[in-house]
Amino acid sequence: MIGLQQYLLLATILFAVGIYGVLSKRNAVAVLMSVELMLNSVNLNFVAINRYVVTDQAVGQLFALMVIVVAAAEVAVGLALIISIFRQRKSVNLNDFNLLKW
Amino acid sequence: MNMNDAVFIILGVITLFGAVGVVSFNNIVHAAISLVISFLGVAGLYFQLQAEFLGLVQVIVYAGAISVLIIFAIMLVMDRDPARTNLTHKINRWWGGLIAVLFAVFIGLAIRESQFPVQAGSSSSERIGQLAELLLGDYVIAFEIAAILLLVAVVGAIILAKGAKDQ
Repeated sequence: MIGLQQYLLLATILFAVGIYGVLSKRNAVAVLMSVELMLNSVNLNFVAINRYVVTDQAVGQLFALMVIVVAAAEVAVGLALIISIFRQRKSVNLNDFNLLKW
Repeated sequence: MNMNDAVFIILGVITLFGAVGVVSFNNIVHAAISLVISFLGVAGLYFQLQAEFLGLVQVIVYAGAISVLIIFAIMLVMDRDPARTNLTHKINRWWGGLIAVLFAVFIGLAIRESQFPVQAGSSSSERIGQLAELLLGDYVIAFEIAAILLLVAVVGAIILAKGAKDQ
């Protein structure tokens, strides 16, 4: 029987895959993609809890919508930053992004 | 096992395989395609959770707009052999894997042990109307701030990507 717990477990595994991508990837675009995975799992949590626990209001869906807005803004600014850094460094490897390191 | 369980299992497997593909493909274009598959799986799960509007928004915004943006950025910053564009760090992969596994195990155990106040019965069918009333009623300020945030992000992204002109 599929209930709230199965949805929460699925979102947890999705978030863990995102954590692995953020911590281990060397390409900055891949890190952004992993962040998107983590935001998706958070949205899944919101919607599942809205469906099973707070059934009389759509507040969870509303917050998921806000998360989608913030994710769209984040990915637009993040990719613009990556393109801007690529123009200076000719690389998207995170090990080369050490402008603020001394 | 009834119909809903089978649909959940199929969509969950699609979502997880897409997510694992994002972190395991060595070619970043393949990883981006895999990300689209994962987004579509999550959209199917939204439909399964009776959040039809969010499912459509997921398909349009994530699987449509964000993935196209990511693929365009990949095309712009590709600087080497495509088969070696999505490599993992030699040391950090082990730390990352360890942290991810520990996170999944501990949160999973916590979810298994927890009791949730699950309410019986399905949600009402007037979800989109409720969402509209919340967005333009109690949460109208958050709605407007989200609109301004998107505008600022678009302008900022254009300025960042275009490069500042020397005065």
